[in-house]
Amino acid sequence: MLTEQERHEIDEEVAAVRGHARAAVVEALKVVQRRRGWVSDDDLRDVAACLGMTPAEVDAVATFYNKIFRRRVGRHVLLICDSVSCWIVGYHALLEHLRARWGLELGATTADDRFTLLPVACLGLCEQAPAMLLDGELYGNLTPARLDAILATHE
Amino acid sequence: MPAIIIDGKEYRYEGEGRNLLEVCLSLGFAVPYFCWHPAMHAVGACRQCAVKVFTDETDTRGKIVMSCMTAAADGMRVAIHDPEVADFRARVIEWLMVNHPHDCAVCDEGGECHLQDMTVMTGHVSRRYRFDKRTYRNQELGPFVHHEMNRCIQCYRCVRFYRDYAGGRDLEVFGAHDHVYFGRFADGVLESPFSGNLVEVCPTGVFTDKVFKEQYARKWDLATAPSVCTLCGHGCNILPGARDGTLRRVRNRYHHAVNGYFICDRGRYGFQFVNSEFRVRTPLLRDGGTLRAASADEALARVRTVLAEGTVAGIGSPRASVEANYALRALVGAERFCHGLPEKEFTLLEALVALMRSARTPFPTLPEVERADAVIILGEDLANTAPRLELALRQAARIVPDELEAAALGVLPFDDAALRAATQGGTHPLFLAVTGATSLDAMATARCRAVPDELARLALAVAHRLDPSAPAVTDLGADAAALADRIADALRTAKRPLLICGASAGSPALIAAAGQLLRALDTAGTAPMLRVVAPACDSMGVALLGGISLEEAARADTLIILDSEQLSAAQVAGATHIICLDSLLTEIGERAEVVLPAATFAESGGTLVNSDGLAQRFFQVFVPEGDIRESWRWIAEILGQPWANLDALLAEIAAELPVFAPMREAAPPADYRLDGQKIPRQSPRCSGRTAMTAHVSVHEPVPPDDPDSPLAFSMEGASGQPPAPLVPRFWAPGWNSVQAVNTFQEEVGGPLREGVLCRVIVPAGSAPPAAPVPPAFVPREDALLILPAYHLFGSEPLSLLTPGIAALAPAPYLALHPADAARLGVTVGSMVTVTLGETALTLPVVPREDVPRGAGLLSVGLVETPDALPAWGAVRGGAHA
Ligand code: SF4
Ligand code: SF4
Ligand code: FES
Ligand code: FES
Repeated sequence: MLTEQERHEIDEEVAAVRGHARAAVVEALKVVQRRRGWVSDDDLRDVAACLGMTPAEVDAVATFYNKIFRRRVGRHVLLICDSVSCWIVGYHALLEHLRARWGLELGATTADDRFTLLPVACLGLCEQAPAMLLDGELYGNLTPARLDAILATHE
Repeated sequence: MPAIIIDGKEYRYEGEGRNLLEVCLSLGFAVPYFCWHPAMHAVGACRQCAVKVFTDETDTRGKIVMSCMTAAADGMRVAIHDPEVADFRARVIEWLMVNHPHDCAVCDEGGECHLQDMTVMTGHVSRRYRFDKRTYRNQELGPFVHHEMNRCIQCYRCVRFYRDYAGGRDLEVFGAHDHVYFGRFADGVLESPFSGNLVEVCPTGVFTDKVFKEQYARKWDLATAPSVCTLCGHGCNILPGARDGTLRRVRNRYHHAVNGYFICDRGRYGFQFVNSEFRVRTPLLRDGGTLRAASADEALARVRTVLAEGTVAGIGSPRASVEANYALRALVGAERFCHGLPEKEFTLLEALVALMRSARTPFPTLPEVERADAVIILGEDLANTAPRLELALRQAARIVPDELEAAALGVLPFDDAALRAATQGGTHPLFLAVTGATSLDAMATARCRAVPDELARLALAVAHRLDPSAPAVTDLGADAAALADRIADALRTAKRPLLICGASAGSPALIAAAGQLLRALDTAGTAPMLRVVAPACDSMGVALLGGISLEEAARADTLIILDSEQLSAAQVAGATHIICLDSLLTEIGERAEVVLPAATFAESGGTLVNSDGLAQRFFQVFVPEGDIRESWRWIAEILGQPWANLDALLAEIAAELPVFAPMREAAPPADYRLDGQKIPRQSPRCSGRTAMTAHVSVHEPVPPDDPDSPLAFSMEGASGQPPAPLVPRFWAPGWNSVQAVNTFQEEVGGPLREGVLCRVIVPAGSAPPAAPVPPAFVPREDALLILPAYHLFGSEPLSLLTPGIAALAPAPYLALHPADAARLGVTVGSMVTVTLGETALTLPVVPREDVPRGAGLLSVGLVETPDALPAWGAVRGGAHA
């Protein structure tokens, strides 16, 4: 069930696109994800009902965007860049370190729900490659040690 | 005529604003493609249709373009066989095949697969990809469509058909890049009444026919013949396929003017009654209390005796061919022949014929319906009464810029995605004057939901606004008057207005009002198109044949009945002797004196007159087991063989009843030969010919003779392309899938070669019948006006014998407005008793906002209604089931 607040925010998004509910799908999904971290099937049905769309129509949009999460994610979402600059200067070493030291697998969430690791295309931070996006924050010039220090601050 | 240079040679081609792919295919070049579809046009998704174009004769390099996304132009230089572009096409198919399984042998699509054909065409013969293939979980999509997502090549045709073309909202594409998935949000029955077309639209084996899967045969092993759907009045052309004495499937048979590339799910899946366990396969004779199997001679002898006693009437059927009905008429005499309908229902058909004859503009073909730019629908819930027409109206409602408008918008006239983006879902005026909610509501400009008399008043009010000399409706409510203004304005300013009216609402007043409206539109100078909806596959045939009413016929001592499943036992309760010509053992058959086993549409040939007044011939597909014969042949036996074959019967009909004379042109006669030979129903690859009956005898049986048509029950015969009415299958060298239809058309998307449109009802501009303004509807305290509600799955009795259709049919119900429910003190799901005449029906109640006040919608076909609807019915709550 969506909260009153979520409904209100979705209505505002619809108003912002002059009532063309279909044009507000992505924003509506973001409203849900902001609070819940991801969009469950039930949430998706609720969003669809709010917008006068079918679940299939909403899910077609939701699954197209790789940052709308349709599966449960951990408390922190780590998007590691696997595009060319990062790949050249150490993406693999980072990935290996995340696996060995932190138990992170691409596409998976740790058992304690702390981290979810996902690949991402170029973050536009090539000059500081390798780079990642952690909970929306950009981090560049990563080394295993720097990675450890950053992750340690994310409980 | 413009010309184009392909591989150095010049060709003339037809048509402006066409894409290069269509032009190349029309000229007979094999350019491979996937995503382009002649009815849905181009999106450039698959990159398979690449060709090279050159700027001028000095250009030796050229550039690779997608032929489906490139406009053909006069003088254009094109290369198809250039090595570079040929290699490009081979690489495209190679990557489309990267994830495709390597198991055609166990795939239902195998042997009629567009992907197989294209792979062969491009010469991609060995795989270099050595990694894991991407795999998916398949979905359970209901009784009709089987899903195997691993076979997908991401051409997007399925969603473009289901969602964009047919308006379905439960099939989508999910995901992105190399993880796209075509399916539903969750497992469940596909909601669209056109879901079965996915089977033909998908170029691979992702969507296949689930009913066929249960009784599978390869395409080349099926015997097929041109046929016509008998499950509503639209008369879609179909290709039924049989093997081993059973009917296995039905596919669309392209007819550019009637059904194009698509049919509805009732038509595709409703054929299973042909294989029913309730089939009568030998003559049955009453002996004492029970029916027993008898020889044909014994049964015919009894028939002759019975017919000699007392008064006799013959009851024909709007679901039987013109030939069968005529033969019965010949047997009992014109004065003793009944058209099979109660007086009220027949009056409606007569009114429809009069309406059609009053038209001055030629009746629109399907593509003309699709191009209408303003539509008014009177009293028809098309998705449930003429489904194929509903699909056409979805196209009419959508604004599709013509060539000039597209040029002004800067988009190509065949670029589907760009056109849709440019028009932003804009619709033409579509007005619904109906008795309840319909599938077109969401597309409608405005709608009026009311009882038929009120709809007639609205139509008359519109007519008066268009032509002040038409009678005025003086006491119209303010809302209705405003709506009438709106409709009149929209129709007056339209270039191609279309009026749709039919018999479904059961109202002669509405049909008469449609006549006034049509004439008024004409007077206003709009050249209105008319499309009529009749209930059954040969309603118009019996309307032209005429006869006495069912009520009158039922008074005879002896009745000989064609297709008794359309009658209720009560309707013929008075007769002493009953003779049935039935394909299924019915309630009436159970108490008959003699039942003669009649052939179904798939086992016989004949002519049907569809809603549009088109006479269409259907041909026998296979020879059934048992002593099953065409109804008209049984009658010929009784009469002592007056007709040697179908053509002789047709000749007599034409001579007796000139209105049917054009009918003989519907297909070439039985002595027609193609290259001196008959046209085989089986493909030359048909397997098992010598083995199939070897357990009975090792001698190969002589193929049965077909005296009635130029088709043969054989794999031998002419191999060329026959004229359109005789095309038994779509196949051409290199084109094993249904896409072979391209090679049968005059040009891609156009009529089949040597096609015919054989009209027996034509617009004659005769005076429309008078239409007195009905008085305003006054609801009654003690009763509701019971109106018929139709269901694609449920209102047609034969198709209900298909298990999947029975499973999807609703339970019988009475729907009424919540205010009426409250007034009558009934709640959701509680039972009410509706008393119609002498009969009391007990039904669950469904309160629905869309039901007009003072009326009730009764699901027809699911309950036996004693009298034609609408009728006043006393409704009492608190009944128990
Ligand atoms: S399911 Fe079939 S029609 Fe749909 S995209 Fe895949 S191959 Fe094309
Ligand atoms: S629209 Fe009518 S004629 Fe066409 S397939 Fe459906 S039931 Fe048959
Ligand atoms: S490639 Fe990683 S940030 Fe650009
Ligand atoms: S058919 Fe032209 S790109 Fe698919």
